[in-house]
Amino acid sequence: MKKQRIDYGSLKSKIGNVEVTTGAVLESTGSTSKTKTGAWRSLRPLVDDKKCIGCGRCWTYCPEGCVHKKAEKVFQVDYDYCKGCGICANECPVKAITMVMEEK
Amino acid sequence: MEASHAISEAVKMIKPDVIAAYPITPQTHIVERLSEYVANGEIGAEYIRVESEFAAISACLGAEATGVRAYTSTSSQGLALMFEVLFIVSGMRLPIGMTVVNRALSAPINIWNDHQDSMSCRDSGWLQLYAETAQECFDLTVMQYKISENKDVLLPSMVGLDGFTLSHVYEPFFIPEQKEIDDFLPEYVPTHAILEPEQPLTLGPIGFPSHYMELRKTQVDAMEGSLKVIEKVFKEYSEKFPAQIKGTRPETYYHIEEYKMDDAQVAFVAIGSVCGSIKDVIDVLRSKGEKVGLVKIVTYRPFPMEALKKSLKNVKKIAVVEKALSPGANGPVFEEICSLLFEAKSDAEVRNFIVGLGGRDVKLDHIQKIFDMAKKGAGKKQEWMF
Ligand code: SF4
Ligand code: SF4
Repeated sequence: MKKQRIDYGSLKSKIGNVEVTTGAVLESTGSTSKTKTGAWRSLRPLVDDKKCIGCGRCWTYCPEGCVHKKAEKVFQVDYDYCKGCGICANECPVKAITMVMEEK
Repeated sequence: MEASHAISEAVKMIKPDVIAAYPITPQTHIVERLSEYVANGEIGAEYIRVESEFAAISACLGAEATGVRAYTSTSSQGLALMFEVLFIVSGMRLPIGMTVVNRALSAPINIWNDHQDSMSCRDSGWLQLYAETAQECFDLTVMQYKISENKDVLLPSMVGLDGFTLSHVYEPFFIPEQKEIDDFLPEYVPTHAILEPEQPLTLGPIGFPSHYMELRKTQVDAMEGSLKVIEKVFKEYSEKFPAQIKGTRPETYYHIEEYKMDDAQVAFVAIGSVCGSIKDVIDVLRSKGEKVGLVKIVTYRPFPMEALKKSLKNVKKIAVVEKALSPGANGPVFEEICSLLFEAKSDAEVRNFIVGLGGRDVKLDHIQKIFDMAKKGAGKKQEWMF
């Protein structure tokens, strides 16, 4: 495939006061870092550091990729993006993770 | 050659980058031949063997979103299975080309021809063109890409052809030189959707109530504007590749094809291969002094309102012959013909004739009978020709 650049400006059009682009294409990079998507979580995974053996299964299984490896055998949940699905808690071999109700 | 293979030849010559298809009768011959071409290295495309039609159209969507040319083909239940994705493709304005080998929908299961499948997708935002002959199959397949990929259109397109009655029939057709096809249809250059790490784009985002209507409007505007583009492309193709074999295509392609309409008092309106039989009956009727003609619809979406208005202006009796239905209402083409006649303040008498569902033969007798009924104004508004 030839290298191509889209002339993004040419995709814009206005209907009334609303600006849209052809096919709703957006030229936005890194929008995920601005848009925190963990807000609608109802259950929060809490890790009991004393029980954790640092096996990394939560890190492997998290479908959102929001368990981060901080150091060797140290894993931390990023609550800005965690959806509270509970997969990490289910996979943890030593039951170090408990899901607790979010209370705001 | 078989009309199915007229399509395979055309697809080979337009050089798609990705072909994704799932076999279904009566579309099979097209994709079978294409897979051979890919295996032989005659086409450089990536051929994706998918597990369903839903996957086929989704693979094409993904491919086209990276900025390459994609092709798929299906029939009947296969098209029905694609239904959800059809709207996503048109909403994302991805100019995918598809062939629909028209076949009845289940139940009862039936593999033979009618137009219920693609007619059910008429509101999906895809352009729809219908072929009558093998030559038209070839030509429309080449032209559909030129139309769809036009930067003012950017809408996917379907070319419909009748299953078996056209797809499996051997007819002569002319194939232009590859170089000339390349001149007519250069490589696809994406103008709005591309996969390029240096320019990351978000495709298919959520459209909030604040923007959804406006986005739909741009799509509808593109569809309306495509009428002009189609006309231009049809003309350019017809001039570049003049008709070679008599009777296999119109001299100059247009949204509609008129047959003996000049002084016609009675007109048939129809789509697809049945038009061949209608033309034969018209010849006989004309020899007996009947002023009768046919308007064949080639472009069905966008609907060529103005062309049809002009063509049907002086006609007194109109028989809309359709292989599709909308239970609880009249046939889809009939409804649209009525609405344009109303706009044109015509007082023509219009009747709806349902024919050929599920592969039922449409015989010359049927067409003669339709003419008699339309001329006399006999029978009900909707008549079924069993
Ligand atoms: S609850 Fe789900 S989303 Fe949150 S860290 Fe665990 S696996 Fe990831
Ligand atoms: S799965 Fe459990 S034990 Fe393993 S790293 Fe995660 S919290 Fe610790």
